[in-house]
Amino acid sequence: MSVADLTALTAAAAVAAIERGELDAGELFGAYREAAAADDLNAYLWVAGEAPEPAAPGAPLAGVPLAVKDLFCTEGVPSQAGSKILEGYRPPYTASVVARLASAGAPLLGKTNQDEFAMGSSNENSAFGPVRNPWDRMRVPGGSSGGSAAAVAAGSAPWALGTDTGGSIRQPAALCGIVGMKPTYGTVSRYGMIAFASSLDQAGPLTRDVTDAALLLRHMVGRDERDSTSVDFPAARKRQLAAGKSVIDLPSRESLKGIRLGVPEELTAGAEGIEAGVLASFDATLKLAEGLGAIVETCRLPHAPHALSAYYVLAPAEASSNLARYDGVRYGLRVDDAGDLVQLYTGTRSQGFGAEVKRRIMLGTYSLSSGYYDAYYGRAQRVRTKIADDFRTVFASFDFVVTPTAPTVAFELGALTADPLAMYLNDYCTVPMSLAGIPAISIPSGLSEGLPVGFQLAGPAFSENAILDAAFALERAIGFDAAAGRTV
Amino acid sequence: MTGYEPVIGLEIHVQLATATKMFCGCALSFGEPPNTRTCPTCLGLPGTLPLANERAIHFGLMIGLALESTLAPRSIFHRKNYFYPDLPKGYQISQYDEPLCAGGRLGDVRIHRVHLEEDAAKLVHAGSSGRIHGSDSSVVDFNRGGTPLAEIVTEPDVRSAAQAREWLTLLRTTLRSLGVSDVNMEEGSLRCDANISIRPIGTQGLGTKTELKNMNSFRFIERGINAEVARQIALVQAGEAVEQETLHFDPRTEAITSLRSKEQAHDYRYFPEPDLVPIAITDAMLAAARAAMPELPAAREERLAGLGITRADAHQLAMRTELGDYFEAALAAAAAPEPQALANWVCNELVARVQEQDPADSNVAPDALAKLVSLVAGKAVTIGNAKIALDHLVSDGGDPAAIIEAEGLGAMGGGDGALAPLVEAALAANADATEKIRAGNMKAIGAIIGHVMRETKGRADGSEVTRIVREKLGV
Repeated sequence: MSVADLTALTAAAAVAAIERGELDAGELFGAYREAAAADDLNAYLWVAGEAPEPAAPGAPLAGVPLAVKDLFCTEGVPSQAGSKILEGYRPPYTASVVARLASAGAPLLGKTNQDEFAMGSSNENSAFGPVRNPWDRMRVPGGSSGGSAAAVAAGSAPWALGTDTGGSIRQPAALCGIVGMKPTYGTVSRYGMIAFASSLDQAGPLTRDVTDAALLLRHMVGRDERDSTSVDFPAARKRQLAAGKSVIDLPSRESLKGIRLGVPEELTAGAEGIEAGVLASFDATLKLAEGLGAIVETCRLPHAPHALSAYYVLAPAEASSNLARYDGVRYGLRVDDAGDLVQLYTGTRSQGFGAEVKRRIMLGTYSLSSGYYDAYYGRAQRVRTKIADDFRTVFASFDFVVTPTAPTVAFELGALTADPLAMYLNDYCTVPMSLAGIPAISIPSGLSEGLPVGFQLAGPAFSENAILDAAFALERAIGFDAAAGRTV
Repeated sequence: MTGYEPVIGLEIHVQLATATKMFCGCALSFGEPPNTRTCPTCLGLPGTLPLANERAIHFGLMIGLALESTLAPRSIFHRKNYFYPDLPKGYQISQYDEPLCAGGRLGDVRIHRVHLEEDAAKLVHAGSSGRIHGSDSSVVDFNRGGTPLAEIVTEPDVRSAAQAREWLTLLRTTLRSLGVSDVNMEEGSLRCDANISIRPIGTQGLGTKTELKNMNSFRFIERGINAEVARQIALVQAGEAVEQETLHFDPRTEAITSLRSKEQAHDYRYFPEPDLVPIAITDAMLAAARAAMPELPAAREERLAGLGITRADAHQLAMRTELGDYFEAALAAAAAPEPQALANWVCNELVARVQEQDPADSNVAPDALAKLVSLVAGKAVTIGNAKIALDHLVSDGGDPAAIIEAEGLGAMGGGDGALAPLVEAALAANADATEKIRAGNMKAIGAIIGHVMRETKGRADGSEVTRIVREKLGV
């Protein structure tokens, strides 16, 4: 088989083919390694040099390789979080979720480009250059998991790991025409993920379809003793013991009969700045959902319009503390000409961090300062609680909340770099779910101006199986053609 | 003093004697080669997460129980943010407005709070000053970084340096009896800062306070507080104001220097640590802490005083746990000595001979001392000769009765009639004294007893000699 033939299969199809003996895992890895090495989107910061040990017999992911966002620590392999301050940094240990997936039979294919420390919505904040969108190379792939999204969309990776703090999986998935899921906060271990905002960061899959998302997520979730904020799915243990089943099912639902979809005014027609083409694709998807038997009604998330403001207080506050460790003392960049301790700190951090990271460190430092804490951090926490309450109220009457994932299709490189606030608005529809800690998926719903549009489906905490099932039914009905994004 | 009284609050950092560090699995370090007790977490490597040490929480609860604190059913960790090379994450995980224990009391000092946190690493500065300013270079040893600490903060109830020292002794003994810490100031497992202000005697307000940092012995604490109080009084008497600042006391020169002024004070930007879940205290955790509580020094002092021994001896036995343990072991011996007599021998004679050493590590078995005290009580040996027997016990150990026999230290009583001729000879040899006794001056009997003692090498029973003198002279 040619590289194109080998890489045409979804991950689930490749697993099945390997299990049937029709496909050799080593040959598959080689094809992807060749494709990743030939990538001209700047999606990869590192590509595996040699084939991995064959997956253990019976390993459920059968040796299908995995692209991993740069900020996951991988032992002996550059893990730089897209930052000059960690240029060349090779950790002495591997992130729990990467280790889990490797032992399930998904070896590391490469490390993908990202916005520096996951701060950005276009991947233009990477210290290693922007990533290009495979649908249009003059456009951004979204961010911060832009490299992961571009690699999967282009076909140089079967699937990829990303992280989502305010939309960093869902928004690039939307802009690249693939599936991206942010699971319930705490269901995937954060151990070994280079932190941006600890109370929001969550790892998730970026995949070609909903089935692959379910398959990858199945081997990511679960309590990790090294992350005390990680949790098991409720009753997961009992269920596994009872039936030998996985916590995450592969989706199979074909209808949406009786499913109640809530359309929050505040994040759809009532919001400013959502492109007409995006709204048109969203409305068309709602029609399809009704055709599948769903009940579509308007709902209210009254505090959602304040989510972005609260997010840009809380996330930078945590970031200002999380990024304090990059001081030039122990690892990473260190300026040579420091005369004293303060010069070592200021020199290293001035040279090592990019503009957006510095902006957020300053924002966060300010909002935590004595005298400002209550007005900013304290108030933002109260808004966060209100938003979570809003969702609880809605989920009493609805199964899911649905919105467009991003307000626009992929924009041109450089279009928003001079206007941080306009850039931040990319996360308008995704940040509320992040603040509430609830799961959400983005699936491609069609094209606007020839570029992919994302449809977001969010549910209550731990409703991943239901979300995947509903997304699977919609995916079949939409019948999105991803071929135009492929480069391999 | 001079019309002013000091108002002092203490902040004590106690390294907890857990097996592992506060937030990672590294073993605690006791002088290993630098940077050999480290892992990605306590080095603050990217992506690592803290895990709270259950044993440290257990010890924290025990401290709270000992200090009669209110134990919070739910408390949270906060991040205290500041840059320093001994702080690898750029923040210390500590507790802020929801500590593990609130309020309480130990002796005459109220407790404000007790919370858990992690220790910083150790900086070693090359160059002459030994401090970071002016040093040629500095290196960091992360072995200590992440060691569990309990910080105990008192209310401003201390009124003198001597009281501070006395109270810290009680605290140290209490912590030692809990077994939660080595409480060794020289090694840094117990460290103390003092917040000091002065006010005119008779007033209730609080003056501007200064913070005196990191005094590493009880003696330095006492001297440091005295020096700072004197400095403040001199300032106020000269019509100047005390500035709020953090100070360093140099025990060699007794000089007090400013580390930072109020304007230079850190803004620590505390916020809840998002990497850790709240500490929720369960009934099982409380029960385990209660079950682990030993008798505390204050309670022991009361119990020992209840045995009829003096308050001073009871206090000494309670404050030196090892001394109290030795005393109780001897008290329980078959010889069944009388408590106050035993206390005298332990607190005075034995301590004079073993000094700061744990008497349990000396050659004097508690049984042996108990027997010696009983032999004295039974007049089988004089007090003077018993002290000689104790010298033998301290140097060689053994059985006191055998030593007395072998060394010929046994008392000469009146029963066998051996003393009477010796008394007669003494009376004859000291005609002056004999006359005075006859005249009713019993003080003169000392010369007679001294004579008999010399003749018997101290074996004579002084009271028996007195009895015989009275009998012979009819007084």
